[in-house]
This record gives sequence, structure tokens and C-alpha cells, in this order.
Amino acid sequence: MSDTIVVLPDQRTARIPKTNYLTKENGLLSWLLTGDHKRIAILYLISITCFFFVGGALAGLIRLELLTPQSDLMATDTYNKVFTMHGVVMIFLFLVPSVPATLGNFFIPMMIGAKDLALPKVNLLSWYLYMVGGILVLYTMVSGGVDTGWTFTTPLSTHYVNTNVLSTGLAVFVAGFSSIFTGLNFIVTIHKMRAPGMTWFRMPLFVWAHYAASILMVLGTPVLAIAIVLVALERTIGIGVFDPTKGGDPLLFQHLFWFYSHPAVYIMILPGMGVISETISTFSRKRVFGYTAVAFSSVAIAVFGFFVWAHHMFIMGISNYSVLIFSLLTMLVAVPSAIKIFNWTFTLYKGSITFETPMLYTFGFMGLFTIGGLTGVFLGTSGTDIHLTETYFIVAHFHFVMVGGMLMAFLAGIHFWWPKMTGRMYPEKISQLAAVVTFIGFNLTFFPQFILGTLGMPRRYASYPPEFQILNVFSTAGATILGVGYLLPVLYLTWSLKYGAIAGNNPWQATGLEWQTQSPPLTENFVELPIMDHEAYDYDWLERQKEKEVASVG
Amino acid sequence: MSHISPTIWQFLVKWMTNFALYPPEASKIAPQMDALYFFMVLVSLIGLTIVILLVTSFSLLYNKKRHPVAVQIEGSTLLEATWTIIPLGLFLVMFVWGALIYFRVFTPPANAMNIYVVGKQWMWKVEHPGGQHEINALHIPTGQPIQLTLISQDVFHSFSIPAFRVKREAIPGRYTTVWFEATTPGTYHLFCTQYCGTEHSHMTGDIVVLTPEDFKKWLASSTSGASLAQNGERLFASLSCAACHNTRPDARGPSLASVYGSKLPLSSGGTVLADDAYLREAILNPSQHITQGYAPIMPTYQGQVSEEGVIALVEYIKNLDSDYRVQQTTNTTELLPESEGKAPAGQKPAVPKGAGQGMVKQ
Repeated sequence: MSDTIVVLPDQRTARIPKTNYLTKENGLLSWLLTGDHKRIAILYLISITCFFFVGGALAGLIRLELLTPQSDLMATDTYNKVFTMHGVVMIFLFLVPSVPATLGNFFIPMMIGAKDLALPKVNLLSWYLYMVGGILVLYTMVSGGVDTGWTFTTPLSTHYVNTNVLSTGLAVFVAGFSSIFTGLNFIVTIHKMRAPGMTWFRMPLFVWAHYAASILMVLGTPVLAIAIVLVALERTIGIGVFDPTKGGDPLLFQHLFWFYSHPAVYIMILPGMGVISETISTFSRKRVFGYTAVAFSSVAIAVFGFFVWAHHMFIMGISNYSVLIFSLLTMLVAVPSAIKIFNWTFTLYKGSITFETPMLYTFGFMGLFTIGGLTGVFLGTSGTDIHLTETYFIVAHFHFVMVGGMLMAFLAGIHFWWPKMTGRMYPEKISQLAAVVTFIGFNLTFFPQFILGTLGMPRRYASYPPEFQILNVFSTAGATILGVGYLLPVLYLTWSLKYGAIAGNNPWQATGLEWQTQSPPLTENFVELPIMDHEAYDYDWLERQKEKEVASVG
Repeated sequence: MSHISPTIWQFLVKWMTNFALYPPEASKIAPQMDALYFFMVLVSLIGLTIVILLVTSFSLLYNKKRHPVAVQIEGSTLLEATWTIIPLGLFLVMFVWGALIYFRVFTPPANAMNIYVVGKQWMWKVEHPGGQHEINALHIPTGQPIQLTLISQDVFHSFSIPAFRVKREAIPGRYTTVWFEATTPGTYHLFCTQYCGTEHSHMTGDIVVLTPEDFKKWLASSTSGASLAQNGERLFASLSCAACHNTRPDARGPSLASVYGSKLPLSSGGTVLADDAYLREAILNPSQHITQGYAPIMPTYQGQVSEEGVIALVEYIKNLDSDYRVQQTTNTTELLPESEGKAPAGQKPAVPKGAGQGMVKQ
């Protein structure tokens, strides 16, 4: 019995279909003016990959500076600019759009059997807004940077720094609209464009996760926009909303900012969870264990996610009783994540598991996200939060969730759908190696930071007491390994565009509608309108389809 | 060990000899917080082990070679209820345990000694009740509950003492408090943990914990001659506060004797508790806080008094427990030479030192 599920067409006769979304039209303009959700997804994929490596280079500088206790590689204000830009680039230009704008954009219409998103031009506008935001961030960087931290805390950002707060704020503001439009587009599409028979509970969990994330984008992002406008007004004309000497309240900014930025972590992680539901089902040949529970846990995360923002402010002098409420709500939001982890684990039970690269990244996600989620409980618990907040414990926690969780999920998804997007397979062995290298590098980089945080090392420090050095050295060493782990996919995926094996329609034998059409797909996605007559992840249906095909061809 | 570079070897030796998973426990709350912390570490390790064990054993048992055909399973309400209720129960235990500690850290005992801390870019200024000033250092005795009242004069800062497991944000325009009781003499790290601009990483200092005897010696050797309340009194006089806030029948402002801790009726209706935060507000934004029966004539002192000055005034008003004291200050105001705003410390015969210190609660 073979240990892979990959079924490729005969490579001697197989050809990439002549007509597909990539070859339909040619020339730069056909890309820049396209309304095709798949082309826009590719535009996004290229641009977010570029920004990821910009943010990654900045992370490299941070780790290099922290190799020694003194601030010797760069001046402290340079260091402050570097970590600020790292945060801004990674959060607003990579993590928020990563899975939704690339994989979500590409596959939500295909999964629900639609030709395109409901508002193709708005989709293109989203990409342009994203690019304007991105270019403004790059402009900020070359014209002197900004050193407020990605949190733009007032009154530091309004009264005390003389760097490019306004251009960064504008960048985030504009990129925020890109996110709002993407969310809006997804909501409308999922409500209105489902194929006949595609009921809510027949949708893949990837779509459910994006639906939940879209609600957060649409409802949360405007609050961030308001907060940024207020910072800009305070900085330019001094309206005094946040300035205590004018009767303003500096804590108000934190409330507004975290009202978006806490849900934003779910905007970042939910689509990743959607990817994991798809891969874990495909590579264990089983329906996701407790489909309804996983679907509703996404919605529960989205709903509860809006009511926990003040857990970022436990030591900031909010009243003890509101700390009590927000700590309790934080505990409640942790439960749906636990449910998901166990449901995914039990999807493996009595499955028929194979270990292709997307599955390895999925296992990486499950381990690292479990650690990231559990350490979140340390911070949601009000007592221990006092000691652990604002230290490297926080840094380690959110990197476990965002990098260990989201980035692993993103890479799982990219490898999983690569054959569908390009029509070609990636090379399996080297990509399995990359997944393992990433996992090892990640743990070496970020696990020591939990200990550093517990020992009390504050975040955002360019220099630190010498007794913290050895753990920082481990962390920096891990970061170099991690860097290799991220560079490898860029190299072999690019290579595979020309030399990869022809994938055929459905190399993974997956059940989603996106796999029942040619790779790369037609601009219209399907030759004829699909009719959904079975549940999601119905592998028996897939078998019957194959038999039917054999019968009709034979 | 010739094949390992000596630098790396040195590192490893140094690390192994000083290896620590958590900072020293130097306050009363530290062991309590660590107990919860290690409980959570234990629960996390068990949870993680369960997930890893399940994933590994399922991967071994049900890989394609061993188990070529998957068995479709819908789900299981019983199992799902199990992994909803058990984590929820554990999280709720952590929530309650954590909340108990949180309330303990932010509810000071009545006998706590109050020390004021002002944060600014990029240093910590400490004002002891005895008038001792410190910068980027805090000397405290063991066995005595200490309450810190924190404020920032510019941006957000955060006063963090890892060895005590306490941390509190210093906020512009608002007092915040935290308390602790040190248990072990020694020198510990003080960090600013809220990002505050260019020199954020240099806004650090030392917490020096002394035995009560050593602390007394330190207090005596670091005195500046006048207590914090006396500094406040001098400021009260030089700002001519007593011109209105006196006990004469025609006084234009309310008497401040015993005002601290009382419930004040406001002209806007309602009452307010006269605590540190209220006193500060009443000095800086008086028109917002008019006591019933008085005209809104007090000018703002915003920008005229530094945060340390406000602290000294607050400390002075806090300790005014009889009108006698105000009258003394009134007299001092009258005795001041016209041209001089501030009387030097030595020229204060009107307030006998012994009497003054007797009034000031230590």
C-alpha cells in the first residue's frame, strides 16, 4: 500500500489545460485591471510575500541587535523604528490579508460553486488600497521611519515623537479599508452566491471560518480607522480627546485601539483555522469530527472576540471589577479554540492518514497553536497577567499564535492549493524538509522567550541586563534557522512553476468543489454550474464520482 | 572541549550556573503568584501532552499503510461535551484563583506606607514621605507594606519589579496605586515595561530592599531636611493657597482640614470621595470640582506646579487633621517677605519641627 494519496495524471501525456485563468488574457494590463478573483488572489500573493520578507528582514535586525546585552548594532531610536516597522508590516500588510486575501479570495467562490466574488471591482479596489497602504509604509520607512510601536499609544504618538506618525497612520487607515471591503465582499458572496444545494451546513469549514473573520473585519476595522483619525487630529490640531491636560482621557485611545486590535487577532487566526480544517480532513480521508461544533466555534470566537479587548489593560488602572468581567470573558473565548483543537485531533481517529507537506504544517500548527492558546490563558488570568504582561512572555505568546499558528496554516494552505492555483505540484521531499526546519527554528526562536518573559525581560528593549543574554542567543540562533525555513518555499515553489509535475484536477483526492474542476481553473471556474448534492467532506461521494467517470469513459 | 569555541563554552557554563526559570521571590505575593503560575504550567503541559499523544498515536495507528480505508464518523456529543466542559472548568479555576491574586495586589492594607513615584521620559522619580528623593532607585524595608502612588508627567510608563511580581502603569494625569511587602533584602531590577520612546530600554533602576534597621539608617542619611508634607506646606504658603483656604468666617474657599477621605458635596450635585486623585484634580482643574456653597473662583494650577509639587501639596492636605495647622500656615504666609515667593527651609520658625512631624502621619 502506498503511503501517499497523491494521484497524478500520466506525466508523459498530461498537459496543463490550454485555456485557464492564467492564459485567458495576456499583458500587464490584463492583470492590473482584472476582476477575476483568482488573478487578484495571485496579485495579493505576490505582494504579501514581498512585504513578509520586508518584515522578516526587520525581524532579523531585531534578533541581531538582541544578540548582545548592549544596544550596539544600532542606536536605540533606530531599534525602536525597526520593531515598529516590523509590527506594522507584519500585522497590517501580512497577517491580516494573508489567508483571506490570497487563499480566501481564490477559493471561497470556487468552494461554494460561484463564478466570482459578488463584487469583483470592489475586490480589485481592495488590492489597490492595500498597495497604497503598503507603499505608504515603505515611504515611511525610507523617509525616516516611525517609532511609536505598532500600537500607536497616546500621548506618545500624539505629543512626544517627531517621526512619521501621520503617514503610517494613513497607511493603516487605507489598508484598513482594503480589509473592510474584502470582508464585505466575502459576506455578500457567501450569502448570495452559493450554488444550488450548497446549504450553510454543506459549506466547507474554510468558508465558515472566513465568514466569521469577515464579520470581524467589517465591524472592527472602522473603529481602528476612527482611532487613527483621532490620533491624527490630536497630533495636528490638538483636539484634546486623549490629552489629560485638556480634559481628554489617554486610556480612551487604548479602548478604541484594542476594540479593533483584539478582534484583529481573530481576523488573523480564524482563516488559518479554516485551512487546517480542510487539510486535516483531506489527509486523513475523513469528515471533520463534529462539523457543526467547529463551524459554530468560529462564530463563537467572532462574537466573544469583541468583548475581551480590555484584557490588554489589566494593569492600566481600569476598575478592578471590569478586570473581573474581561478576565472571565477571556476564559470563555479560550474554550472554542480548545474545542477546535480536539475536534481536529479526533478527525485523525480511524482515518487513513498520510504525511504530505500540508499535513506536516498542519501538525506544526496544532502543536504550536496549542502552546500559544494555553499561554494566552496565563495572560487572561488577571493575577498572573500582572507579572507577565509587557514582557517577552507576551511576545512569545503572540508569535506562537500568529507565526506558529497563522503562518504555519498559511504555508499549509499554500502547499495544499498550489497544484490548483498553478496546475503543478511542488517538490515533495524538500518541502517536507522545509516544514520540519521551520518547526525546529520556530521553537528555538520563541520558546526561550517564554522563560525570558517569566524572568521579567521587558519587550521593546534595545538593551537588557546581561543575565538574559544566553536565552537571547538561543532565540537569535533559532531565528536564522527559521529564516532558512521560510526562504526554501520561495525557491522551490518558484522552481515548480516551470518544472513541477503536472497536477491534474484533483491530486489530493479532496472533496471540495474547487477540486472538481481543471487546474489551473477556467476564468469562470466551472464548465457548468455545480449542484451540491452531498455533505462537505463526503469521501464516499468522491468514490462514487470516480466510479461514474470510469464507467462513462470506459 | 576543544571543538567548542571558548566563547560559546563560557556562555553555556555561565548559563548553567545561573540557570533560572523564574525570578527570585522577594515579596509576599510572589510565592502566591508562582503557585498559580506553576499550576497553569502543569495544566498546560498535561493538555499539550494529551494533544501530542493523541496526534502521535493516531498517526501511528491510522496511517494509510496500516489503515487503508478510513471509517467515517460524524462526531460525538459526549466527547465534545467532555472537551468543552473540562477546559472550561479548568479555565474558570484559573480565573477565580487569578482574580483573588489580582485583588490582593491592588487592594492595599490600611497600614501601608505610601511612597510617590513620578515617571517621565526617561527616569523614575521617587518621593518618600520623609522627604527623601530618589531617581531610578527605590529603597524600602522588609516586613512593611509599601503602597506606591504612581503618575506620569508625560507618556505612559509602567513600573515593573519582576522579583515582587508586581507591575503598574504610570498614566499621565491620573494616580494609580499598587502595593507589596518585600521579604528578602537585596537589590532587584526595576524596569519600565510600557514602551515610552527613544530611551525606553534605559528607563531602568534598582529596587533596594533593606532590613528595617538598615532602612532607618538609609532614611537618616538621605534626608533633605524637610518631609514631603513640609515641602507641600511650603508650597501651600508660597502659592498663597491659604488666602482662600483658611478657617476665617469670610473665607472664599472651603477649609481643607480633615478633608482627606471625607465625602464632599459638589455644587453640581452629588458627592465625591476626597482621595488623592480628587485632590490632584481639584488643584489642576478646580472649575470642574466646586464644593457646594463656594463660588468657582479658583484659578487652575495646571502648568504652574510640577507633578512632584502636586504630590507634595496632596501629601500636605492629606495630613491636615485640624484647623490649627492651616492657621499655622496662614501665619507663615503672612510672615513671608513680600518679594520672596518661597521661604528657604531654614527660615521657618513659625512651624516648630517637632510639632510638624507629630502632625504628619508616618
